[in-house]
Amino acid sequence: MTSVDYVLGLADDALIAAQRMGWWISRAPQLEEDVALANIGLDQLGQARTLLSYAGQLEGQGRTEDDLAYLRDEREFRNVWLVERAQTDFGVAMARLLLFAAWQSELYGALAGCDDATLSGVAGKAVKEVAYHLDHASRWVVRLGDGTDESHARMQAALDAEWPYVDELFRPVEGAVVDPAALRAPVLARIEPVVAEATLAVPDVAPARGGGRAGLHTEEMGYLLAEMQHLHRSHPGATW
Amino acid sequence: MVTTAAWRIAADLPDPELPVVTIADLGILRDVTEDDQGRVHVQITPTYSGCPAMETISEDLVAALTQAGYQRVDVEFVLSPAWTTDWMTDEAKEKLRAYGIAPPGPVRGGPVSLSLAVRCPRCGSPETRESSRFGSTACKSLWVCRSCHEPFDHFKAL
Repeated sequence: MTSVDYVLGLADDALIAAQRMGWWISRAPQLEEDVALANIGLDQLGQARTLLSYAGQLEGQGRTEDDLAYLRDEREFRNVWLVERAQTDFGVAMARLLLFAAWQSELYGALAGCDDATLSGVAGKAVKEVAYHLDHASRWVVRLGDGTDESHARMQAALDAEWPYVDELFRPVEGAVVDPAALRAPVLARIEPVVAEATLAVPDVAPARGGGRAGLHTEEMGYLLAEMQHLHRSHPGATW
Repeated sequence: MVTTAAWRIAADLPDPELPVVTIADLGILRDVTEDDQGRVHVQITPTYSGCPAMETISEDLVAALTQAGYQRVDVEFVLSPAWTTDWMTDEAKEKLRAYGIAPPGPVRGGPVSLSLAVRCPRCGSPETRESSRFGSTACKSLWVCRSCHEPFDHFKAL
């Protein structure tokens, strides 16, 4: 039986990644990039919506996707730290997308063949979308890493900053449909050639503490939720 | 597929983003069934997980079928099997091209495979380049023709 927490974890990863991605709209370095990042965020949001609805069904308490997105407090969110921290440097955003999309590609690829019909349906669709995200991030990491001295140094710094958060993706989750640890090798096999092509070094840094799957989050999560949930909580049931 | 009256009404519905093609042309419409009591059940499949047009299509379907006299209509989103541009009819691809959108080629070996050259829908030149992999909607990428210098949308093979 698929666990509610497992599905919530995957849903929250996608939801919070989408919320952070949305920040870039009107702030990206090019107009085309505003559009690209908005589309990537929209894909992630679409995945999150179906997964949240499914988590609500599994839970059996009548909570909808909106209830779960807008009315849970910080400790009830199950997303990893990789997706929740604020990022205002485009290099950091691309480093993070590279890591996250590489993981989602392997995750959805594995879930697409699982026995849970809802998860395999979501994953079969999403795996095609995240292939584009991974491709997009890879191109930017290569362009910036193998670019000028300035862009190379900043891209390496960005990768160093995000790398400690990769480990949490592979830690055990109760009721997991795909064993997180089994994804480590294939995910790294997707990331490392991109890092090499970008003339960057795979960071040698200690993993961050993490704890998102248990509801422990970084300081920035509270600010993110305040912004994301404010409207819904101030005007319950409002529609337009 | 049995083409009932209800199916034909649903199949004629234009896509809200690409009004030159219908939802049947695009392969979004999967099934329309009608029970003894005249209740209509429509199955549609999203192009992309976050496609905002799905809500509109769902509302449009209910409106069109209700107007045609069907009292109870429900619309179900079916995720599996996942939608692919290969479900688009050849007629739909031709309509897109005439509308100025380069249609998708066949899906080959994975979602981001190397595709054949994308022809400019305006002048037909194969001398084109991709300027952004993400266009005005998630399903399209942005291209520029090297021959006539016009920018155009390309419906990505998925």
